[in-house]
Amino acid sequence: MSGPVRWLSYGATAVLAEVAGPDQAQSLAAYARQAGLTALEIVPGATTVLFDGVADAGALQRALDGWRPGVVADHEGPLVEVPVVFDGPDLAPVAERWDTDEAGVVERLTGTELVSAFCGFAPGFAYLAGLPAELAVPRLATPRPRVPAGSVAMADTWCGIYPSASPGGWRLVGRTDAALWDPDRTDPALLAPGTRVRLRPVSGW
Amino acid sequence: MSVLHVHRAGPLTTVQDLGRVGWAHLGVPRAGALDGPAAALAQRLVGNPPDAALLEVTWGGLEVTSSHAVWVAVTGAPVPVEVDGRAVGHDRVVRLPAGGRLRLGTPERGVRSYVAVAGGIDVTPVLGSRSTDTLAWLGPPRVADGALLPVGLPTGPPAPVDVLRPPAPGPLRLHPGPRADRVEGDVLVRLAATSYVVGEASNRVGLRLDGDPLPLSVRDELPSEGAVLGAVQVPPDGRPVVFLADHPPTGGYPVVAVVDPGDLWCCAQLRPGEPVRFALTPGGGGRTPR
Repeated sequence: MSGPVRWLSYGATAVLAEVAGPDQAQSLAAYARQAGLTALEIVPGATTVLFDGVADAGALQRALDGWRPGVVADHEGPLVEVPVVFDGPDLAPVAERWDTDEAGVVERLTGTELVSAFCGFAPGFAYLAGLPAELAVPRLATPRPRVPAGSVAMADTWCGIYPSASPGGWRLVGRTDAALWDPDRTDPALLAPGTRVRLRPVSGW
Repeated sequence: MSVLHVHRAGPLTTVQDLGRVGWAHLGVPRAGALDGPAAALAQRLVGNPPDAALLEVTWGGLEVTSSHAVWVAVTGAPVPVEVDGRAVGHDRVVRLPAGGRLRLGTPERGVRSYVAVAGGIDVTPVLGSRSTDTLAWLGPPRVADGALLPVGLPTGPPAPVDVLRPPAPGPLRLHPGPRADRVEGDVLVRLAATSYVVGEASNRVGLRLDGDPLPLSVRDELPSEGAVLGAVQVPPDGRPVVFLADHPPTGGYPVVAVVDPGDLWCCAQLRPGEPVRFALTPGGGGRTPR
């Protein structure tokens, strides 16, 4: 169990690789896809990569022996700019928590290059990493029954954008009209894992 | 081309096929027929390839007519089947004449029946599948009263006889999950020693189990990680949930065990209030699905 990956047994057809953090999970998943591994699903998480539909777990683990943190460059995914109107209802409480004003929150969020670490919760909902631990914000104690599609939100150190309207407990700081999810596109998710993301402030539409 | 006219959809009818595989990393649930062997039998009986789409009928109550004569078969939860008021039987191929009315009663046991039509339900695929996913609502909408469902062209002859699947559902065999260490003691032994009952809130997302809560030794939420079909997830209340086809692709509660793929069809047919038993897999190795 030494080395960068801890392998966990996951039923009859899957294995779970545990690594140190989101960037390593994303890197291992990208490495596995480039290596052409035969798995039905390769699913990065916050600190794991799930390989599902695997016929031979031993062969898979050997094929990934060459992976090391950093072997897939952290910043080689495509860069997507997302226009955001920063007028969310939780902008003021986030500013208070960060000990700044609303303009300070916008500056911090737009000045950080975020990376889509993994998707979950809803099709095309990307967990965007990049904010430091001291900027973590707690989820709402009571989730909102309806968060509009396009809401730009934060929870813990993650940023996320709701691709469709749903209940949600993340802090809402803005909104975008970017098409985050379209199953008829070749790339249905705008922010697929590995995508680098810049939030660009706009004044509204 | 034939069209099925749905007069009554019953409590829940959806279009299903083998599911939407390869998109979990974008947050897309797999979907697909919950009772795989029953769906596969229906497809074989009407001469369809295994990846054709059919109707998954929950609690019966479906009533359809066809614009043209078609071969149909009803499998899964045993349900009274009538064509134009005449009982025609279950697990066999039946000719539905043009304008003829196919009617499903209420299942005697089980939950989900499958209606295959020669040629398959030919709705537009989304991400390579015609399945309705009831978590994110990708794919065709749930079948409503009055719906018109296109039927494709038959590709093979119907098969009048087939080997039925083993009829007796057994205990759900378990494999270790990645977070087995989050429950005190040997979690597989604990699960196998506990009497569970199927919870009312069970659906295509998960089979929810009521019983003595499992004591979690670590209660913090995990960082989100990928989950598989059949994952046994334990939320903070200690009541396990077996993930079925429409499960979220990632989750934050620990997965302590995984149900053998060969036993998942049983989960599709267990009714709320019915007992559920788990069993250990000897040696913990994978078994070939039936």
